[in-house]
Amino acid sequence: MNFLSLFVLVPVLTITGILFTRDLKGARLVSAVGMGIQLALAVFLVFYYFSIRGAGDLHEMVLTADYSWFPSLNIHYFIGVDGIAVAMIALTAIVIFAGVFASWEMEFLSREFFISLILLATGVFGFFISLDLFTMFLFYELAVIPMYLLIGIWGSGPKEASAMKLTLMLMGGSALLLVGILGIYFNSAPNGGAYTFNILQIAKIHMPIAAQRFFFPLTFVGFGVLGALFPLHTWSPSGHASAPTAVSMLHAGVLMKLGAYGCFRVAIYLMPEAAHQLAWIFIILTSISVVYGALGAIMQKDLKFINAYSSVSHVGLILFALLMMNKIAMDGAILQMISHGLMTALFFALIGMIYGRTHTRDIREIGGLMKVMPFLAVMYMVAGFASLGLPGFSGFVAEMTIFVGAFQHSDLFHRVASVIVVSSIVITAVYILRVVGKILLGPIKNEVHLNLKDASWFEKLSTTTLLIAIVGIGILPLWLSDTILNSLQPIMEKLTAYLH
Amino acid sequence: MDFRYIFLMRHELLLLVVALIILMVDLFTVGEKKTHLIKFSLILFTLGMLIGFIPVKPGVLFGGAFQGNALTDLFKDILNMAVLIVFLQSDGYLKKAENAGKVGEFFVLIILTLLGMDFMVSSGDFLTFFVGLETASIPVAGLVAYDRYKSRSAEAGVKLILLSAISSGVLLFGISLIYGATGSIYFSDIAKNVTASPLIILGFIFFISGMGFKISLVPFHLWTADVYEGAPINITAYLSVVSKGAAAFILTIILYKVFKNVTELWETAIYALAVLTMTVGNLFALRQDNIKRFLAFSSIAQAGFILVGIMGTGSLGMTSVVYFILIYVFTNLGAFGVAAAISNASGVETISGYNGLYLTNPRLSLIMMLSLFSLAGIPPIAGFFGKFFLFTSAGSHGYFILILIAVLNATVSLYYYLGVVKAMFINKNDTPIPYFRSSHFMRLSLLLCVAGLVFIGFAGGIFEYIMTASHLFF
Repeated sequence: MNFLSLFVLVPVLTITGILFTRDLKGARLVSAVGMGIQLALAVFLVFYYFSIRGAGDLHEMVLTADYSWFPSLNIHYFIGVDGIAVAMIALTAIVIFAGVFASWEMEFLSREFFISLILLATGVFGFFISLDLFTMFLFYELAVIPMYLLIGIWGSGPKEASAMKLTLMLMGGSALLLVGILGIYFNSAPNGGAYTFNILQIAKIHMPIAAQRFFFPLTFVGFGVLGALFPLHTWSPSGHASAPTAVSMLHAGVLMKLGAYGCFRVAIYLMPEAAHQLAWIFIILTSISVVYGALGAIMQKDLKFINAYSSVSHVGLILFALLMMNKIAMDGAILQMISHGLMTALFFALIGMIYGRTHTRDIREIGGLMKVMPFLAVMYMVAGFASLGLPGFSGFVAEMTIFVGAFQHSDLFHRVASVIVVSSIVITAVYILRVVGKILLGPIKNEVHLNLKDASWFEKLSTTTLLIAIVGIGILPLWLSDTILNSLQPIMEKLTAYLH
Repeated sequence: MDFRYIFLMRHELLLLVVALIILMVDLFTVGEKKTHLIKFSLILFTLGMLIGFIPVKPGVLFGGAFQGNALTDLFKDILNMAVLIVFLQSDGYLKKAENAGKVGEFFVLIILTLLGMDFMVSSGDFLTFFVGLETASIPVAGLVAYDRYKSRSAEAGVKLILLSAISSGVLLFGISLIYGATGSIYFSDIAKNVTASPLIILGFIFFISGMGFKISLVPFHLWTADVYEGAPINITAYLSVVSKGAAAFILTIILYKVFKNVTELWETAIYALAVLTMTVGNLFALRQDNIKRFLAFSSIAQAGFILVGIMGTGSLGMTSVVYFILIYVFTNLGAFGVAAAISNASGVETISGYNGLYLTNPRLSLIMMLSLFSLAGIPPIAGFFGKFFLFTSAGSHGYFILILIAVLNATVSLYYYLGVVKAMFINKNDTPIPYFRSSHFMRLSLLLCVAGLVFIGFAGGIFEYIMTASHLFF
């Protein structure tokens, strides 16, 4: 049995375990143990990966395993990882682990909640280990559907409408994606031979340019919906605002990156020429995402809405960086995926914890939290600093790299787009500092808030896990950055081979 | 004719024997004992079904009028399994006092229609095909009107028989034109002589209109919702799965075999019908509250997806259609089974009546959700694989725009499937349907459906087996 398959097997076993529990205590215990094992596996995978690379294995993907599933259509369960996938798996493991602890007191239908949450994570893990488009697509859709139940049943506010909107828009995206994937499949053997869904094999061939032009936009937009690509981002604010804490964490932290990862691994990698030709359309759209998301965040009063718009802006930046199609920008994009994933998960966890105490997320009604819950308040401030790209945190490293990459293009169009996108840093500072000032500092606005308690042990565990990772990347970025750069090497070779 | 060739017809002969035995036994049971007839018929039918699984070498009978091969055998087995599940689900309904006197008829009529479908599936000429089709259609009207004292049921029966007769007439007229143009009723002979002449085109239009009625393709679908709503829920399940599946199968065979030289002729028609059927079926399903009408329109939309798969002419198209129907049997019968269980226990047949069902009947709600997600094509449930391969089939001939229309339709369909899930899981209700236990047979049938839904997709071997059978067929 392949080591990577454990990443799907452990969640499945955890779900089975939860089925045998009776109440919240059992369900959360099994989930915590299961996701704890998953986190340990992920940490082990990171070191395992380094040791494999250290031993001189230079294959594009390592730990591969290939099982035939539908031989007549050449569909395989084909898995393997490179440094980027390892980083994404580690990110997912951290966020889901923190998510379980953030949902420690989920009283209503607790077993069902943990099952759906972990099912969602199963899809994400499966997606990141897949190297076969069919398997990848299967896991992708698997990740989308539990979302409906999670938001619809355990959400807040106009949850039914938000859940429906989110599900339909994401499934609409996956509809485009399905066409894109079938298009890639039927163009995967231009010189005769069997069609294939195998990403590594497709990367070796040269797809006809006409097909690329038709299927690249479908694939990119299909994944882009999940990455909140303007103007298809509208599911994001309402969805995140209505979702329960752990779901917002996982969704903004991991799933939106899954969209960006798909754009990168499938759309750009397999169809580089079309990506190059059509990049200008998507550069415009992502630039709008970045600035519009940041401006939207300024206008919001609800903490979750602020963070949702902020996510639109930050994930837009990831897509923007990917479209720059050079090594530095792409490196930055992937750093940003990890960094923003951790940071936004921390944000949503904290917002959930604050909301659980104050029962409001309106920034006009909260103030002076620093006095009553110093631990949570300091955490929030740190997350804020990381988000606006203060040196010493992961956000700085990622955004810096992206902008350095973006400015490598010297033509007017790229320059203008880059300058516009850079301006988002200032806007980000505005909305982060405004929130920090309003809710953490200043006088206490509501007498009732004086009696609130600070974080309990499971909340501390949840947030500290995320914080350690954020600071870790901020202080030792080269470790991660080198791994990503090495893994980008074969991809860059393909891009440069076809573009110049 | 060698005597052992008769084994080619084992499915049909067994069904006939089973039907006649049930008919005779029914005559000699009276009063209280009638409920035992249900068990008796079930056992007998299961035996017949198991014998049908024994493989027999392919061959033809009656000079090519009847053909048996791995694919037709497989399809008859699928139909048998579907009917068995329908029988299991009918247990609660048949035990009601008002049905005590007519249990035998229920089994005999269904088995006789199944006999007709088996002949239709195996037909090698238009005559066998038409006789099979009629044998399959006429008893259905009796079944639809089974609740004879309910005016809706009687109305549905009359509606069905009248429209069925008209559509059969149209179909027969089409066949006669094709016969006139080619001089033969045998599929293989027609295939050699068929050209895109005006007479053939006209004949084809009549033929496809008649078939469109049987599969309830838009714009020939208007009878569907009323008949499905009026009929007893188990009969609705039977109509939407078995009748439709068999008709779709034979349509695929006729298009691929008889009209294979004029592919461009029927591809245009099927393309247009597919787009219309999916879109209209979906749009009408959006606003239904009656669960039977809802599933009726959803099954119209599903028929549209089958047409998308048919576009990929060849063994991949054939395989994807058969594979989809196999999955569709478990999927739709799962949904209908839950609806029937609820209808038997509480009489509720509306989606709004399902509000809050999860809190009182969690297992039924989960099975319903699983079935609806399978209909919507959500992985890792079997329906996803069925749909994916239908689209792959269309993609193999480059119909990417059609696939795009189909997947967007699938997204729309998710809206109404989620609507039912929302009713069961999210909506609040002060007086939800109270907890109940359904009969053992019903639970067995639901177990079969769930097993099918969960395992068929992962077992790649099933798809490969159908692929091999289809390869041999061409």
